[in-house]
Amino acid sequence: MIAVLTRRRPLQLPAAGRAAHMVERNAVLYRREWTLIVSGFFEPLLYLLAIGYGVGGLVGSAVTLNGRPIAYAAFVAPAMMASSAMNGAIYETAFNFFYKLKYVKLYDAILATPLGVADVALGEVTWALIRGTLYALGFIVVMAALGLILSPWAILALPGAMLIGFTFAAIGTAASTFVRTWQDFDLVLIVMIPLFLFSATFYPITLYPGPLQIFVQLTPLYHGVDLLRSLTTGSIGPSILFDLLYLMVLSGAALLLAAARLERLLLK
Amino acid sequence: MATSPTAPDALIHARGLTKRFDRLVAVDAIDFDVQRGEAFGFLGPNGAGKTSTMRMIGCVSSPSGGELRVLGLDPVLDGPRIRARLGVVPQADTLDMELRVDENLLTYARYFDIPRDVARARTQELLEFVQLKDRARDEVEPLSGGMKRRLTIARALVNDPGLLLLDEPTTGLDPQARHLVWDRLYRLKQRGVTIVLTTHYMDEAEQLCDRLVVMGQGEDRCLRVAAQPDRSLLDPRGARTPLSD
Repeated sequence: MIAVLTRRRPLQLPAAGRAAHMVERNAVLYRREWTLIVSGFFEPLLYLLAIGYGVGGLVGSAVTLNGRPIAYAAFVAPAMMASSAMNGAIYETAFNFFYKLKYVKLYDAILATPLGVADVALGEVTWALIRGTLYALGFIVVMAALGLILSPWAILALPGAMLIGFTFAAIGTAASTFVRTWQDFDLVLIVMIPLFLFSATFYPITLYPGPLQIFVQLTPLYHGVDLLRSLTTGSIGPSILFDLLYLMVLSGAALLLAAARLERLLLK
Repeated sequence: MATSPTAPDALIHARGLTKRFDRLVAVDAIDFDVQRGEAFGFLGPNGAGKTSTMRMIGCVSSPSGGELRVLGLDPVLDGPRIRARLGVVPQADTLDMELRVDENLLTYARYFDIPRDVARARTQELLEFVQLKDRARDEVEPLSGGMKRRLTIARALVNDPGLLLLDEPTTGLDPQARHLVWDRLYRLKQRGVTIVLTTHYMDEAEQLCDRLVVMGQGEDRCLRVAAQPDRSLLDPRGARTPLSD
């Protein structure tokens, strides 16, 4: 009896082949519902037009980066790109994931197949990442067409956006395992909207008083914005190394939390 | 499908199988063997531990104690390998509501890594088998309870399993829908598929099972294996008869 009690389910690592079938399931769905994917592309574009050019027309070149004046639209565009990577990942993971996890119990059905919890989590995060990458790619093309790319470093903005998407997909998946009802998603929005508004998205972080600057630097979207803005404007500094480290550590921690929570919820 | 009724090894072997949730003992040290080709039933009321037992057999819940072998393998260590050869009909249908009827079977087949052309052929076969061919391109939501159940059974058969687990296959269905499900399960049995099912209906156990375990509730849980389902084997005092239908 003692021997049995000490026997624990070994940590099951995801297999790429099995996780790919989870991605395939989503592809089957969205091949039909492709309008849902296309619509997600326009959100950051609308913000860019309204705020980058609308508000930008009022402020002119009042914004400077490393002492260099810069068009407001070129300042805002990379922040919109980072925000859309966050939004896309959170919508895909938190909302859709919750629907599948608790509402239609889809994962209970899938776990009766050779797929394990880690395969499901990896598959869903990968799908969110593919979707986010498509948006980022589209947005970069638009930025290039509008002349908002100021540096060849911008080529790295695409993998940068993928890292942001991956981080928020992992956070969204972990968060959705704590959600009990649809009403709880109000809390998700209460976190997302301030992140979108205050992560140095629309003005430089130097506008904040000192302690507030430190607080903003602790939040995740700030590092996404700083990373992409550094790359598309070419103001490369040591801060991007810290951005990368921050996002990688956070995504790894969120992924581990998500996997542990899912094990508890689905394999009781 | 698996057809070797003479094989001596039990497909499922359980000794002292126990499942605890914190302080609640859901399954209390039960013993049973399921032989190849038979239809085996767990009969009992809600809360008797039927679903917990099925989840342990289906490798989605670890036993808290005792011994369990499924298809000769250890469900804790060999989950993916065992599940590849099982068909599971859970208590709730858990169909993919975002996909259409035929897509439900096609994508489910892909989870088993079945090649696409094989999956397509099998989807057509199975839709015919469960009489849903004319609903192939429909949404799942508007289907009747009986149709959803049949689709779930078809889904459990996409990997051509030798062992089929059904958790309360006809609960909530009207008499006509129940008989249609029974008829399909009976045909599977004829083909040599080993069937393990849970039910709280005696008539269902009588219709489908060669042998059954009666699971009780509370302290004096009873456990008996009947050679043939027989009402006289149920609680002699009639105190815990869960079988009114």
